Amino acid sequence: MTDPLAPRSFLVRNPSVLWVLGLLAAFCLLVTLLSPSLGMGVISTSFVKTLGKTLCLCLAALAMDVVWGYTGILSLGHMAFFALGGYMIGQWLMYARTEEIVLSALASDPLPPTAGEIAQGVATQIFGVVGSSEMPVIWAFAHSLPAQLALVVLVPGLLALVFGWLAFRSRVTGVYLSILTQAMTLALSLYLFQNDTGLRGNNGLSGLQNLPGLASAGQDAVSLWFFWASAAALALAYLLLAWATSGKFGSVLRAIRDDEARVRFLGYPVEGYKLFVFAGTAVLCGLAGALYYPQAGIINPAELAPIASIYLAVWVAIGGRGRLYGAVIGAAFVSLLSSWFTGGRAPSIPLGFYTINWVDWWLVLLGLSFVAVTLFAPKGIGGLFDVSLGRRSPDRKGAPLGPDDGSLQEKEATE
Amino acid sequence: MTALLEVSGVCVTFDGFRAINNLSFTINEAELRAVIGPNGAGKTTFMDIVTGKTRPDEGSVTWGERAVSLLKMSEAAIARAGVGRKFQRPTVFEDQTVGENLILALKSRRGPLSALKFRATGAGRTRVAELAREVGLADQLGRKAGELSHGQKQWLEIAMLLAQEPRLLLVDEPAAGMTLAERERTTRMLVEIAKTRAVVVVEHDMDFVRRLNCKVTVLHEGAVLAEGSLDHVTANPQVIEVYLGRG
Ligand SMILES: Nc1ncnc2c1ncn2[C@@H]1O[C@H](COP(=O)(O)OP(=O)(O)OP(=O)(O)O)[C@@H](O)[C@H]1O
Ligand SMILES: [Mg+2]
Repeated sequence: MTDPLAPRSFLVRNPSVLWVLGLLAAFCLLVTLLSPSLGMGVISTSFVKTLGKTLCLCLAALAMDVVWGYTGILSLGHMAFFALGGYMIGQWLMYARTEEIVLSALASDPLPPTAGEIAQGVATQIFGVVGSSEMPVIWAFAHSLPAQLALVVLVPGLLALVFGWLAFRSRVTGVYLSILTQAMTLALSLYLFQNDTGLRGNNGLSGLQNLPGLASAGQDAVSLWFFWASAAALALAYLLLAWATSGKFGSVLRAIRDDEARVRFLGYPVEGYKLFVFAGTAVLCGLAGALYYPQAGIINPAELAPIASIYLAVWVAIGGRGRLYGAVIGAAFVSLLSSWFTGGRAPSIPLGFYTINWVDWWLVLLGLSFVAVTLFAPKGIGGLFDVSLGRRSPDRKGAPLGPDDGSLQEKEATE
Repeated sequence: MTALLEVSGVCVTFDGFRAINNLSFTINEAELRAVIGPNGAGKTTFMDIVTGKTRPDEGSVTWGERAVSLLKMSEAAIARAGVGRKFQRPTVFEDQTVGENLILALKSRRGPLSALKFRATGAGRTRVAELAREVGLADQLGRKAGELSHGQKQWLEIAMLLAQEPRLLLVDEPAAGMTLAERERTTRMLVEIAKTRAVVVVEHDMDFVRRLNCKVTVLHEGAVLAEGSLDHVTANPQVIEVYLGRG
């Protein structure tokens, strides 16, 4: 018999890693070959962007799976962290790009422009829409790419840390915690909708697809670069999270999910673990957002409305929570299907008395599938792999053997 | 000899109902103690107080040579200080294997970073295998704990308790769900453990308590009714009236 305690290699513990990375690499190759810039141009630049964005959503879903599927915290705020990451990179993209435009406009002047004139020009350009020409304080680092990249990590991370500390410390769990995270998301979104917050209110940040200094590269090429970067980020995150969740750390997380009080009595600082996971996954979401929004081109406060985070939970549920590949499958499958249905490409179904128009009915379909998955297939699409591998979990329906049957097995005891 | 755990003058009220009423209790290092009492006497609540699950309204709970108060410590900190607990209803992590359950319990640093870096070393694995053998689960290490029978879960939980290497073990009804032979084995194990650690056992089975052959504390309505050898307390007319007389 093999020793179940013997240390097994990373890949043996995580057979899905090879599959996911292999399929991802093949997918990258395929998209590259079909892309307009390096390949045959079978697919459009905007479709390359859609695929790249989908990979970023998969990355956010991975984070969501760790915080919800493994640790049991149904956060309805992770897309807010995702959007914050987008805002942070967006500030630099917009600032640097506007600066270029201002410089070229001032180049025709007889005198070289002063730093003050440039700053003034940039501020007027960016904030004209909200009736201001002052550069807000939160744009203090917008000129610096390294600083804004640091903020991509720091802003979601610190917000999650502070929020999580307050929530976990008072032992808020379950539905109440979900509501609290949703309230945080809603408050943040409403706040950003205001014009005087320094992030251009409901206009949001736009023109993010234009990379400063690379105007000559063209969107065909840029879209492919971001696609590759998104794929690389997803691959790295998958490796990292597979490593983290397959060892003892993952075992503690699943134990917290199933019975956190019991974990405390084993001496584990449950709140510390939750905070670690909550903030860590918030950072991952921030990074995913920083890759997503340059591909989307625009970000506005609607992006961090609570519904976005609810979608994230739905993807993970449909894909199968508690397993990393489930999250990837769910996010890719549902978000691509969603953009197909809502993009008006799905054929309407005429019923004679009524025509089913998918743009309107897609959400109903999605909601119904979510309910169906929750009720009838709690393991989601990922559960199909268990079925095909003949794996099943113990099903006692919560009833233990009677107290006087001793250490008999279920089947032995029924005789 | 200094007391390892000293509970004095503790009161707990649940919605106006006084579950623990001026309870005092002391146990020394390497002492075995049985706690008996009718249903609802407050035995489990007593363990809840010591492990930090329930905070008393009054009284003090002090621990160790330096007599630190456990009342301000979190459940996890109390567990790390060396108080281990086995619950009345077996509570193991059903979705994880027996081996994973034991590794979770195995004495180690408990922080998230330590868990990330954790590798089951030779010594740790030997210890887990040894514990599993001791409780008859050696060939079940790879099985999900949820597939075990009630009695096997009891054993697993006892093994998890030992894996933590606590200085004080609070064991709530360990023999429930066990056959007679298993009860005898549990007794032997507890007596053996009590040679080096303090052990408090709550049990209804009088034969079990007799085999433990130790000092007995009788709880009734949240207070100590009698304390002493089993023969001494069972001769006490009050004890006979509230507890033994019923059976
Ligand atoms: N959380 C709670 N809220 C309200 N009442 C409680 C709570 N916990 C315990 N009690 C009550 O306190 C009393 C003592 O309960 P406890 O579980 O400590 O008894 P016990 O001695 O362990 O009994 P048993 O032998 O049945 O396990 C009981 O009357 C119980 O109903
Ligand atoms: Mg009890």
